[in-house]
Formats: sequence, C-alpha cells, structure tokens
Amino acid sequence: MSNRAELIESGKPFAFDAERDAEFERLAKRYPNRDSLILPSLWLIQDQQGWISVESIAYVADRIGTFASQVYEVATFYTMYHLRPMGKYHICVCRTLSCYLLGKQQIVDYLQQELGIRPGQISEDGRFSLEEVECLGHCGSAPVVQINGEFHENMTVDKFKELLSTLK
Amino acid sequence: MEVKVLSAKFDIEGANKLEIAKEHGAYATLDKLFAMEPAAVTEVVKASGLRGRGGAGFPTGLKWTFLPKGLDKPVYLAVNSDESEPATFKDRYILVRDPHMLIEGIIICCYAINSHDAYIYIRGEYTSQVKVLQAAIDEAYAAGYLGEKVAGHDFRIDVTVHRGAGAYICGEETALLESIEGKKGQPRSKPPFPAIEGLYGCPTIINNVQSIASLPFILANGADAYKAFGTEKSPGTHLFGISGLVQKPGMYELPLGLPVLEVIDKVAGGVREGRKLKGIIPGGSSTPVLTPEEAQDATLDYESLAAHKTMFGSGGIVVLDDTVDMVKLAENLVHFYYHESCGQCTPCREGLGWMLKILEQLIAGKGKVADIDLLLELCDNIEMKTVCVLSAACTMSLRSYLIKFRSEFEAYAAKNASAEPVM
Ligand SMILES: Cc1cc2nc3c(=O)[nH]c(=O)nc-3n(C[C@H](O)[C@H](O)[C@H](O)COP(=O)(O)O)c2cc1C
Ligand code: SF4
Ligand code: FES
Repeated sequence: MSNRAELIESGKPFAFDAERDAEFERLAKRYPNRDSLILPSLWLIQDQQGWISVESIAYVADRIGTFASQVYEVATFYTMYHLRPMGKYHICVCRTLSCYLLGKQQIVDYLQQELGIRPGQISEDGRFSLEEVECLGHCGSAPVVQINGEFHENMTVDKFKELLSTLK
Repeated sequence: MEVKVLSAKFDIEGANKLEIAKEHGAYATLDKLFAMEPAAVTEVVKASGLRGRGGAGFPTGLKWTFLPKGLDKPVYLAVNSDESEPATFKDRYILVRDPHMLIEGIIICCYAINSHDAYIYIRGEYTSQVKVLQAAIDEAYAAGYLGEKVAGHDFRIDVTVHRGAGAYICGEETALLESIEGKKGQPRSKPPFPAIEGLYGCPTIINNVQSIASLPFILANGADAYKAFGTEKSPGTHLFGISGLVQKPGMYELPLGLPVLEVIDKVAGGVREGRKLKGIIPGGSSTPVLTPEEAQDATLDYESLAAHKTMFGSGGIVVLDDTVDMVKLAENLVHFYYHESCGQCTPCREGLGWMLKILEQLIAGKGKVADIDLLLELCDNIEMKTVCVLSAACTMSLRSYLIKFRSEFEAYAAKNASAEPVM
C-alpha cells in the first residue's frame, strides 16, 4: 500500500458529462450490486477531470447510493487513482524485475535530473509528474515507461531526450 | 520449436477485428457447441488436460465440476486479465491480437457452466489494450455473438469489462472478486472456495485469459489434438514471455515440456556476447530461481519444475547473466511484494517491510552475516501463515536467492567494517 495524499477540494461542483453519464448508466445495468460501480465511476471521474476531488467522490457516492467514505476507501487503496492533479505529462517508469535488469535506474536518474523532481513529485510548472511503478506487463521490451497511459518500450536515455523535447 | 495454436492469428494484420478474425475461423465452434450438452463440453475440456494458465496450473475442466448442482442462484464467470506478476506479458497478446478468440472461449465456458454473466477483470495499466478488447466485445454484440441470443440460440451472455486500478493483489482470485464488488482488493479466507461462494455470494468460476482462450482450439479440434502438444501430465501449448538479459526477448508459443536451457539458447538466442548464464527465473517473479546447473535437466512443464523445487508459474522466464547482483535483485523483488501487500495480515504487512529493511541495510554496508539467517527465519515465519499466498510468493523466491547465492549476501556483510568478520 502506498501513502496517499489527503482529499483535496477542487472548489467546483462535479457532475458527469453526457458521455460519462451514458457509460455510467450502461454499466449500472451490468452489475447486480451498485457498489460494483465504484471502481468504474472513479475511472470516469479521472477520465473527465484528470483527478479525483472531494466533490467528485461525494457526487458518485450519491449517484451510486453509498457512503462517500466507501468510495474514498476504494480510491485510496488503488494506486492509479490520482487524488490530486498530476503533471500535464504523468510519467510512470517501471522499476521491477526485467526493467530493473535492463537499466531502469539510468532512466529514473536522467528524469530526476532533467525534470528536477523525484518520484512522487510534480514539477513546479505543472508539466511533469514522475512515478516509479511496478511491472507494466511489457517485460519483453524492457525498460518500459508509460506516459499518460501510452506505452514506450525499449527505452533509453537517448530516446527519452528526444521524447521529452516533444512534450510541451 | 515454436508452434501456432493460440498465436495462429497473432501475425495477421487486423485480426482483432471481427471480419478478419472470422475469415480465419473465429466463432466457428459455436454451432458444434450448442449441439452439445453442457456437461459434454466440460468433459472435452477435462479430457484435453488443460491446466489453468494463471500460475497454479489447476485442471480447468475439473474446476468447473466443483460448481454446486441444482442451485437456483446465478453462476458467474470471472476472467482474470490482471496480468501483474512481474515478468508476465502473455495475456496482453491475446487481448490485443486476437480478442475474439477470448470472447469465443468465454461463450464456450459460459455454456458449459451455465453462466450468463462474465466479467473480464483487466489491469488498469492496459489502457489501449482495454479499448481494443471493448471494441471487439462491441462488435461481438452487434453481430449477435453476445447478448440475449448468442448466435441465434436461446442462451444469453453478457460480457462486462471491469478495470482494475493498479494493485497486483487483485490478480489473486478472491481479491479480484472483492474488486468487482467495489471494494478494496483484499483476499478472502478460503474455504468457501469461489466455485461454491464467489462473486455476490454466488458460485463463480475464475480462469485466466489464456486458459479461456485455449478453449476454441480444444472444442474445434478435440481433446486429442490438444494433447498432441506437450507432455502427458502437462499437455498443450503455452505463451511464454522471455525477458531479462537475453539476446531475443519476446513472447513465444511453445509446447510444454521443452528443455529450459535449450529454449533460452535456441528460441531466445541465449545470453549476450561474452556473458555467462547465472540463473533462470522460470515462471514469473514468484518462482524460485534456478542455477544453470540445476536447470540442466529441467523442462518447461509443471512436473519437472516442481521436481526442481520451483514452479511452472505464469510462463514468464527471466534470464540472468553473470553481471546480475543477486542481492540487489532480491531487494528489488522484496520491494515489489512489500509494496503490493494488501495489508490485512500482520506477517505479510510487517514482515515483508522488515525483510526489505534488512536487505537495504545489507546493501548499504551496514548488515551482518546473522542477518542472512534472520531473513531465512523470517521466511519460515511468514510463509503460509497468511490469508493468501502473496507473502509466500515473496518468501519462496527470496529463500532461493539466500540459499543458492549465499556468498553474495555474505560479501555484502563483509563490507560492514564494524561487524564480525565472515569466517
Ligand atoms: C498474489 C497473486 C496474484 C495473482 N495474479 C494473477 C494474475 O495476474 N493473473 C492470473 O490469471 N492469475 C493470477 N493469480 C492466480 C489466481 O488466483 C487464480 O489462481 C487464477 O486466475 C485461476 O485461473 P486458472 O485456473 O485459469 O489459472 C494470482 C495469484 C496470487 C496469489
Ligand atoms: S498475505 Fe499479504 S497480500 Fe495476502 S491477504 Fe495477507 S496481507 Fe494481503
Ligand atoms: S518488469 Fe517492467 S514491464 Fe514487467
């Protein structure tokens, strides 16, 4: 389990947009128990606004008909739910076994130096956040990095230099 | 050595699309399926000898027979696509390159076990992969392969994709069920086993993606055709992911039972120029490491690897060469399990953290030889004293490094100027 931030208020009310609302209603018919909607709803929130705010937790708890504390419990257990805004580019470097063997540390060192942040931090200009994650299921093309959900395989520091220059 | 049974369509451009998949035989088994009695389908799967590809190797057909008979509760199917065991990257190929093979397998399984609701639990990191899978499911609905009347027969099947969100433990079958129910991924005590009381308190079958995706071949070609591959007790083929310090890492479909060292050399090109093989992790990070000497007569099947005091696991083979620092590798692995502990059992939550600290101290030159024995003692005290086997996955692999590469741990202890000298 990881240490998670406190819940943060965005200061704005939250509601699903039309597309997410439709997806919520589609899924509601698929589960015999509404609590099953908690994980998918948290994904829908994150998809819509990038992170999960106090207001959004209250909103989905209400839609589902459960306690906000239960949604919060789920949101804090699973590491991919962001309880605060992340960088515009959220960089996840695999730190595990095969990626470790093939030099993930050089990539982490390079990124720490280049971005001036350590894993778990967000750059001051809000452009980048860095995270070390566990095996990403692409071990045959290690080391592997995921940026905003997109996979980059067989990574090297040189390839990263090129890549970073395209991320504005 | 490579074969193309599960991977038959992997290299066909666009085979994730229904039209192209159908040109190559997708959904061709359904007429045959619905002409059979459900129990007869289970019999074929039993006769094929297919064993669960999620890591434990439990016979798939046999598992299905554990469902209670004559209950008036629904039966659920949960397809395990969590694929989070370090060094495992096989199920992803099925999801992306041939998702209709998986859906066809789900139809076969649902019919056999009389289930109308299947959930595919996919790890949250598989972002583009989940889109390919969902698109295939949508196509299957539109073409009438899923929904109220599967392929025109009086049988409903709904398939719902449930995304995880970054928790290795949700690959454990009961944690997976908790997660679908909208809870933290904390494993349940067994018994009751999920076949009796699983999802929403109802009988539930949980199978790995590759297990389910093996069904269309078995139904189309018969149990004997499947058993023509592999060994007597470990029949069939497997998608092996080979990674680490090897010339040609990648995913290869092979029959079970091939010699480990030959596969590493001939299929994956062996270790890099000028390097020597130092160890092999045969089936994902949880499986105890083999030395090259131990691996001499080991073959890639459940029996041989068990006889070598390790496990077949998930088909994720990691090749280690003579540059690898086994102490640091062990630390990397313990860190993984510590990070992924769900936290409900004290030996796991506290014990793994304690072991990690000891290893960190040792690597920092602040350890002593007695720490190695303490680690071994901790392994004994944690293993099998917890709700699930995540902690054992950690201790079984750590113990193999401590015992087989003890001198490397001792060399770190010797770096500590203030500790007692190594004798
Ligand atoms: C900690 C832990 C993690 C697991 N992760 C996975 C996984 O990612 N995928 C999987 O199929 N099985 C995983 N398993 C095994 C499942 O519990 C279960 O045995 C399997 O999904 C059953 O399917 P099978 O019989 O087809 O192999 C894991 C088990 C444990 C203890
Ligand atoms: S052994 Fe570890 S992961 Fe498994 S249930 Fe206990 S605390 Fe959770
Ligand atoms: S170990 Fe990095 S992707 Fe699997």
